[in-house]
Amino acid sequence: MATNVKTQAAAPPARNWYGIVFLAWLVPGAGHFLLKRPGRGALLLASVAIMFLLGLMMRGAMFQPQTGDVLTTIIYCGGFLGDLASGLFYLLTVWLGYSQPDMPGHVHDYGTKFLVAAGLLNILAMVDAYEIATGEKE
Amino acid sequence: MPKMNLSHFEAAILFALFSSVVLGVITKRTDSERLRYGVRCFAYFVAALIGLGWLMKLGHG
Repeated sequence: MATNVKTQAAAPPARNWYGIVFLAWLVPGAGHFLLKRPGRGALLLASVAIMFLLGLMMRGAMFQPQTGDVLTTIIYCGGFLGDLASGLFYLLTVWLGYSQPDMPGHVHDYGTKFLVAAGLLNILAMVDAYEIATGEKE
Repeated sequence: MPKMNLSHFEAAILFALFSSVVLGVITKRTDSERLRYGVRCFAYFVAALIGLGWLMKLGHG
């Protein structure tokens, strides 16, 4: 009897986590909104959006995937994935023609890092949405 | 879109603030724990920022 109860408690709720994770990527915080966590979703959306906007206002550069030596591949492909992880913000920015060359100066440099970091924070939000959707977390 | 000029300190503080918010939101299980963790992360970021800043200043002589 006790074993049955334990098995039932451990079973994850049946939820379509693919769609939730995809939406969480496309619009930061959307996964949390779908999972009825609007407060947390709003904080995630605001943080990622403001960070991305600050990156654009500091004229940060978007990474394009490049291969060559190991370090170049890691930096440029990793940076591209980080930029891409911002979802709709990245897609809209590219579609609207934002193209900033990599320039010297600490403001541009911080801008580039803010753009990548916004995407990396969105990846953390996607993982959190996945864990909530699969019942690993409340 | 207007261009923004921030100092190292301002940019790093903003980075710390938004990173701490996200780390707080996704990490803990209750709201009070999240708030405490977010504030603690921000404090650690600022402490590291000031500490490393002084280290670089002293290192340069």
